[in-house]
Amino acid sequence: MRILLVGGGPVVYYLAREFIARHHQIAIIAEAVAEAQALSRRLRALVLHGDGSDPRIQEEAGSRRTDAVLALTAHDHDNLAICQVAGEIFGVPRTVVLVNDPENEEVFHRLGVTMAISATSILARLLEERIGFEAIDELFPVAEGKLLIAEVVLRPGAPAVESALSAITLPKVSLIGGIIRDGEVLVPHGPTVLREKDRLIVIAEPEVQEEALQLLTGERP
Amino acid sequence: MSRGAAEVSRLIAIVGCGRVGAFVAGELSRTGIGVLVIDRRESAFDLLPPEFSGFKLHGNAIEMAVLRSARLQEADCLLAVTRDDNTNLMVTQVARAIFAVPRVLSRVSDPKKEPVFRHFGIEVISTTKVTADCLLAALSRSGGSRP
Repeated sequence: MRILLVGGGPVVYYLAREFIARHHQIAIIAEAVAEAQALSRRLRALVLHGDGSDPRIQEEAGSRRTDAVLALTAHDHDNLAICQVAGEIFGVPRTVVLVNDPENEEVFHRLGVTMAISATSILARLLEERIGFEAIDELFPVAEGKLLIAEVVLRPGAPAVESALSAITLPKVSLIGGIIRDGEVLVPHGPTVLREKDRLIVIAEPEVQEEALQLLTGERP
Repeated sequence: MSRGAAEVSRLIAIVGCGRVGAFVAGELSRTGIGVLVIDRRESAFDLLPPEFSGFKLHGNAIEMAVLRSARLQEADCLLAVTRDDNTNLMVTQVARAIFAVPRVLSRVSDPKKEPVFRHFGIEVISTTKVTADCLLAALSRSGGSRP
């Protein structure tokens, strides 16, 4: 894949390094000359410096033949312009922004950006959810946060231990998507009886997640 | 009030209270049009003429929260006249797509950015081009060579 990264700082460097290791072709537009020079010394990538939202610079960076553009500057208005120039003028199929203001996630979707990710809201969500339940090991939002996937462990004495799945009534729009027992993945069926130390993959809407997890683990947030 | 009620009821939002924004805001306000000026630097409002009777809103116009508190959906027109082209590009698009402002106009400083605005159907005033054209026209009128 041909990927164009626009921005600066460690994020751009580490992302580029990661992509190069996965055999993608990388081009970078950095704002400052010194940073561009440093990046080109450290990476096997085409590195330019200048205004990444300037169509001429994007043309030079090969936007016309690029599969994805990532806008990673510190300014949302610059990120939007970068993506719009790439998507609308050069026909780049995928444009991705790391937005600073979480509210811009939705705004950018409406203005044609393929994917707008807010580190702020991901962190806020992770923290809130994790502080709530000690038993949660992994948690990530999907479908823009409309669904949450959590991995929870059943501790001794948890209400769901020794219960068959068919005997557990979970709230609507929540389900157990998988069970990990002794390192093996079990597909959940009605007769499956849960045991201590089982790890459950629970998929739920945010509104009912707390209730579902409490029902299974007995823990309160 | 000689300009009529239709004019009085209009509301024009101006983003950016630099020399251009403050001047335009002053002129519009003088003719009785409702004006709302937004700038992220509070000191920018010092540039407004003392008789300015419109609203001032201190905040960054690329934040939805700021535009909501500006009640942008009630504006008839938005002028984006900050010095930053990308800010103007974002604000005009958000005003049009999300707040349904009927008319948006943007100042553009970098002529290279003009095609981008045009691509999105945003009316632009290229300050660099306008100034350059005026200078060139003045030069051609006076000849520009020694007698």
